Amino acid sequence: MTNAEIIATDPGWITLVKGLLIFAVCVLATLMSVWGERRLVARMQQRMGPNRVGPFGLIQALADGVKLALKEDLIPKAADRIVFVVAPIISVTTCFMAFAVIPLSGPVNLFGYETVMQMTDIPVGVLYVFAIASIGVYGIVLAGWSSGSTYPLLGGLRSSAQVISYEIAMGLSLVAVFIYAGSMSTAEIVSAQSQWWFCVTLFPSFVIFAISMVGETNRAPFDFAEAEGELVGGFHTEYSSLKFALFFLAEYVNIVAVSALATTLFFGGYRALPGLGFTESWLGGWFTVFWFLAKVVFFFFIFVWLRGTLPRLRYDQFMKFGWKVLIPFSLIWILIVSTLRVLSQQGAPRSVLIGFSFGIVLLVLAGSSLFESSKKRRAQEDELGEVAVPSFPVPAIPGKINKNRAEQLNG
Amino acid sequence: MDNPLTPRSNDLGLTAAAKANTPIESQEAKTFAKQLQGFWVTFKTIFKKPNTVQYPEEREPTAERFHGRHQLNRYDDGLEKCIGCELCAWACPADAILVEGETNTDDERYSPGERYGKVYQINYLRCVFCGLCIEACPTRALTMTNEYELADESRAKLIFEKEDLLAPLKSGMLQPPHPMVPGTTHIDYYRGDITGGSNG
Repeated sequence: MTNAEIIATDPGWITLVKGLLIFAVCVLATLMSVWGERRLVARMQQRMGPNRVGPFGLIQALADGVKLALKEDLIPKAADRIVFVVAPIISVTTCFMAFAVIPLSGPVNLFGYETVMQMTDIPVGVLYVFAIASIGVYGIVLAGWSSGSTYPLLGGLRSSAQVISYEIAMGLSLVAVFIYAGSMSTAEIVSAQSQWWFCVTLFPSFVIFAISMVGETNRAPFDFAEAEGELVGGFHTEYSSLKFALFFLAEYVNIVAVSALATTLFFGGYRALPGLGFTESWLGGWFTVFWFLAKVVFFFFIFVWLRGTLPRLRYDQFMKFGWKVLIPFSLIWILIVSTLRVLSQQGAPRSVLIGFSFGIVLLVLAGSSLFESSKKRRAQEDELGEVAVPSFPVPAIPGKINKNRAEQLNG
Repeated sequence: MDNPLTPRSNDLGLTAAAKANTPIESQEAKTFAKQLQGFWVTFKTIFKKPNTVQYPEEREPTAERFHGRHQLNRYDDGLEKCIGCELCAWACPADAILVEGETNTDDERYSPGERYGKVYQINYLRCVFCGLCIEACPTRALTMTNEYELADESRAKLIFEKEDLLAPLKSGMLQPPHPMVPGTTHIDYYRGDITGGSNG
C-alpha cells in the first residue's frame, strides 16, 4: 500500500490529531532550535550561550516568547494597518502548511489505526511545498512595504528578489529528483530512495539544493533581508511584541521545514541509515520518527555551522552567484541526468552509459582547465599590458600597478 | 610628466613593492580548500572550554589598581583625612563631586587641622571613574576601592553621601568627633606620625 492509500482510509479525527501533532512539534522544534542555535553558535565562539532559564537554559526561548508577548505592540503611524497585521500571519501560517505533506514516519499504529505520520499525500506534494514557500515570501514583502519606512522596504525588496532567484535554482535542482523518483509525491520520493539516497546518486542536485535552501530561508550567509549591519532589522524593523514573535517563529519553522524537505528529498526521509534497516520496525515503526528527526537536526546543525563560520555576502555577489552559477549549472546537470535516464530507459548497454558519463567528466575537466588558463592569461595581460592613464588623478589600485607607469612615477 | 594633476604621493609605496617584485596577496590567491578551513576552526572551537565567567556566582578579582567606588580614608586614630578643600570637586571633569567644608572646633573635631568636609557627595550617575579627584587630593583622603557593583534602582540611591563613602572604623579607631592625640598637632598627622588610637 502506498502512503496515499493508507492516508485515504484515515478517519477525520485522526487527520485532526495529526495536524495538531504537527503544529505542536513545529512550535516545540522552534523553541528547541532557537535554544540549540544560540548554544551552538556560542560554543563556536567560545562562549556558553543561554544557560540561566531552566536546566541548560532549555526554556530560554519560551521565556523570550513570554517577554515578547507582554511587550507593547506598536504600529507606526505611517504603516498600512491591515497589511501590517496580516503580513506576519501570512508568514507564519504558510511555513506550518509546508509540513502537511512531509512524511515523518513509516507505517505506525496511531490510537489503533494503521497509518503514517503524514497529513496528506498529494501527487504534486513537492510543488505544493514550493507554492506555499512562495506565498510565505509575501509575508516578508508585505511586512517591508506596509511598515511605511525605508529600511523595512529595502529588506522586503531584497528578500523578494532573493527568494525569486534562488527558488529557480532550487526548483531546477529538484527536476533530477523527480526524473529519478518518477513522482512528485513526497512519499513516493522517499520510497524511491530505498536503495541509494539521492544525495549520493544526484550529488550535484543536492549541492545546489543545499545552497539555495540557505538562500531561500534568508539565513546567514545569505541573510540580506534582515542584514543588521546594513538594514537595521530589515523587514521586521518596525515590528514589536507578538507580531515580531510570529516572524521569529516563521523563520525557525522555515528552517525546520526546509531541513525536513531536504531530508525527504535527498536523505531518504524517515528511512534508517544504510545497514540499520532493522531499526525501522522498532517501537512498532515509531522509531522511524527518530531517524527523520536525526536527519533534520543534522541539517539544522549545518545551518548553524554556516552562520557561525561565514560572513554575509555582498548583495550583488549573491545575485551573480544565483543567476550566473547556480542556474546554468543546474540546467546543464538536468540535461546530463535526463540524457542518462533516457539512454538507460531505451535499453542502452552499460558501456554506453559509462562512456557517456566519462565523456561528460572529461568535458568538464577540459572546460575548467581552459577557463583557468584564460584567467591566468588575462591576469598576465593586466600585469604587462598598457593601461590607459586617465586624465584625472586616481588612487593606486593594489596589485595592479603597471610597470611603465611605475617608471613614469619614479621619473 | 604629461599629467601634472597626477599626484606623486598617493601610491602608498606600491611602486617600490612592484619594483622589488614582492607578491601582493590578493583575494583570488586563496584556494577553495583554504576557504573551507574556517569551518574546521568553528567546529574545533565547539569542543574548547568557553571563556565565559559565570559572573554572579563566579567572580574574578579586578586588576589591582582598578578604578572602583571611592573611599574617604581616616587616620589611625579615626579622624578623617578630608580637609574639605574641594580640590577633588574642582578637578572632577564630570562635576560629580559636591563638598561643603566646615571649621573644626575644639569641642567638635572631625579632622586634624582647621577644616573638615561636612558634606561630601559623589554622584555615581555622573562619575566617569577617571581618578582625577584622587590625583587632586592633597591629604590622600580620597582613594578608590576595587568595588564595581554600583547598580541600583533609583537615582537618589546613586548619590553617595559622606557616610557611604567613609572608610569603616578599624580596631583602635574612634568615631569622630574627638580631639587630636594629646601633645600632637595637625603637622604630626600630615607627616604620618600618628600610629595608635587616641583615648580621648
